[in-house]
Amino acid sequence: MVLIAKPSKNNIKTYVPIGLSLVSLSFLDVFLYAFFNLNLTAFLPSQLSYFLPLILGFIGFYLIRIEFSGISSLDILNKNINSSNFNALLTLFTIFIIIKSIPPMLDWFILDANFVGNSKEDCTGDGACWVFIKVWFNRFMYGLYPDAEQWRINTAFLILFATVGVSFFVSEKLKKYFILFLVFVFPFLGIKLISGGSFGLEYVESAAWGGLSLTFIISAFAILFCFPIGVILALGRRSSLPAIKYISIGFIELWRGVPLITVLFMSAVMFPMFLPDGTFIDKLIRVLIAITLFEAAYMAEVVRGGLQALPKGQYEAAKSLGMGYWRMNALIILPQALKLVIPGIANTLLALVKDTPLIFVVGLMELAGMIGLAKTNPKWLGMAMEGYVFAGLVFWVICYAMSRYSQNLEKKLSTER
Amino acid sequence: MDKRWNSLRTTSKIIADKIKKGWIYLALFFTLKIMILKKFNIENKKARDLIPQAITVLALLSVIIYFATNAQINMGNRGISFGFGFLNQEASFDITFSMIEYDGSHSYGRAFLVGLLNTILVSAIGIFFATIMGVVVGISRLSDNYLIAKVAEWYVEIFRNIPLILQIFFWYFAALRALPLPENGINFYDISFLTIKGWYVPKFIWTNFNIFLLSVIAAFIAIYFINSYATKQREQFGKQLPATTISLSTLILIPLIAFLFLGVSLTFEYPVLKQLSPTVFTYAGGVSIIPELIALALALSMYTATFIAENVRAGILGVGKGQKEAAASIGLNKNQILKLVVMPQALRIIIPPTTNQYLNLTKNSSLAAAIAYPDIVLVFAGTALMQTGRAIEIISITMLTYLTLSISISIFMNWYNKKMAIKEK
Repeated sequence: MVLIAKPSKNNIKTYVPIGLSLVSLSFLDVFLYAFFNLNLTAFLPSQLSYFLPLILGFIGFYLIRIEFSGISSLDILNKNINSSNFNALLTLFTIFIIIKSIPPMLDWFILDANFVGNSKEDCTGDGACWVFIKVWFNRFMYGLYPDAEQWRINTAFLILFATVGVSFFVSEKLKKYFILFLVFVFPFLGIKLISGGSFGLEYVESAAWGGLSLTFIISAFAILFCFPIGVILALGRRSSLPAIKYISIGFIELWRGVPLITVLFMSAVMFPMFLPDGTFIDKLIRVLIAITLFEAAYMAEVVRGGLQALPKGQYEAAKSLGMGYWRMNALIILPQALKLVIPGIANTLLALVKDTPLIFVVGLMELAGMIGLAKTNPKWLGMAMEGYVFAGLVFWVICYAMSRYSQNLEKKLSTER
Repeated sequence: MDKRWNSLRTTSKIIADKIKKGWIYLALFFTLKIMILKKFNIENKKARDLIPQAITVLALLSVIIYFATNAQINMGNRGISFGFGFLNQEASFDITFSMIEYDGSHSYGRAFLVGLLNTILVSAIGIFFATIMGVVVGISRLSDNYLIAKVAEWYVEIFRNIPLILQIFFWYFAALRALPLPENGINFYDISFLTIKGWYVPKFIWTNFNIFLLSVIAAFIAIYFINSYATKQREQFGKQLPATTISLSTLILIPLIAFLFLGVSLTFEYPVLKQLSPTVFTYAGGVSIIPELIALALALSMYTATFIAENVRAGILGVGKGQKEAAASIGLNKNQILKLVVMPQALRIIIPPTTNQYLNLTKNSSLAAAIAYPDIVLVFAGTALMQTGRAIEIISITMLTYLTLSISISIFMNWYNKKMAIKEK
């Protein structure tokens, strides 16, 4: 049939229905086999039966590949998934793999999964044991923070989200105060609320903090501090003063050349040696300093990219207006340079959030660490898959939302030149 | 516990006081600076530049001196002295996976070397697979097949936005733990077996390996001369020599001669199932690739591939459409356009960010410590540090090693980048 006549506009009336039915037949065969374990072609030898959908689909796609057929939907189909033999094969493989992988995934996630119960014994199905997540949910969110005091974490985050939410709707004038509050007042207020120790709040030592809330706390503080340090380092690296320039270069390259995990090791075992005997700095603060300095070096390189991209005329214009170094940078250079590197800044912040699970090396446990703890609990052995899938989903949602937000911000702030 | 919290509170108060004092000093410095400038009416640029630099250097020096004196006092209190003599002492701990001969009777220096080699091994494997996958996914994202482009896009979106450490945990604790026990291992034609204890592959047993190595080196030298001759011919006389075919056949021919006439031979030692006790099985012979290495290499390459894919895509998109059209209009075919026009230009855009990804992968390989793959961090900064207690020496050596690795990769890639850069005449 293939050899008789090349598919063209002349024989469109016969070839397209045959081709389409062959393609649908091949999909139907794979679908029935994957979902209902029903083999339509069981009467054929096993090898042939296995490859039959592929052959049928391939012939079908060949028959409907008619250029400028005059039917717009067929043209769109051909252009997007069926432009050549090779593309038709790729399309078939992709669709078959997707169809085949849906049922096991569906089974594991929902159909055979267990949702009700309180212990591992309630998980009788073959699928995921979501009971594990349900029982440990509190720990995954708050770590070992005492149950009775968890409202403090909730309140702190509620205030944060409320202020951020409200600031979107208020006028520009008020917005400034909201941002000032968020950057300079709230972080310290929030940390006081969570750590306690005054105003009649019970003191909760930082070793008990953990779970997703710790991820947020560390990320928020590291972002807050690493940004200004990064900007100053970037300016330092571009400075005309040699001592400042080389100190900045050395600092940036030192942090960028070593992995975060060794920096955390350093903050855990080496840093105490550098302090007077008896001084004790809280583990969380040490980790925070380490992460901040580490990410600040990366931030500095991103900001430097923006500074270099600005045309020299901007600097000269600012100087010709009689501006000094700081005024020139604060009012003319940085606003433009930072806008240029929003994607880079967003990537650095994303990397920071993704790096937070590493604090396990000093014994702090955020979400991934808590899952590690839960899965080694004798009553809940063998729950690693559920735990890490859950953590992966949570982190994915956070990081994907951040990257989307940065893309929107980039579009909003982009000024066409 | 209360006592500890109280001491914590007092120390944090002391620190807060110190920070306050620091601010006062800083304010003092700046007022002094302004006063000096005003008083002597210094308009001289040199003097104006000197003051901030002097302040920065002084501040840095004072911090370093402060840390150093504290370290000296602390080490004196604990009765340890600074020095690298411990590297020659007996390590007396075992390492699960080593590429060179090692056991507990070897020195700490040797343990360091084992860790370093393991780090290099996993980084090299990761870079190799990440590059292949990254290029494939990056090109797929530009495919005119809608489905392929979408699948590639979602691969990037999913694996880029999940922390690497979680991916390593997932592969190690969840996916690879689901593999069968050695007695029911997944069998690949009786040559190789995939089990929960690792992947058993045949071992290469060479005789006269040196001669083989020499023959390969000789082949590469020959290829270099053939290619330079072909380039000369092309540039001077416009002759097209089939350089690729000749090079490939040289690469096959010279080692083949070594095999046939120079006494080189290669046999394989296959892994065989062995019963240790009624219920415990293992494989004897062959090479065992431990699951830690598999999980780490998988996670590293799949994660880094997403970034490389984005670089490849940006690079190919960055080549102007006019370039392709111009190449087509002088009669180059599709393969020639890709090879001679698009790729050389795209590579120039792709290489610098990809270098960064290679560096990141090497640094990320240190996450090995989380799943007990014996890399330099686990062996040296972990076990060796616990045993010797020499925090400063060991952490500095580890950091210096990574710095050296990073710098050497970036030097190599800079050299390659320069080679590929536009040569303006």
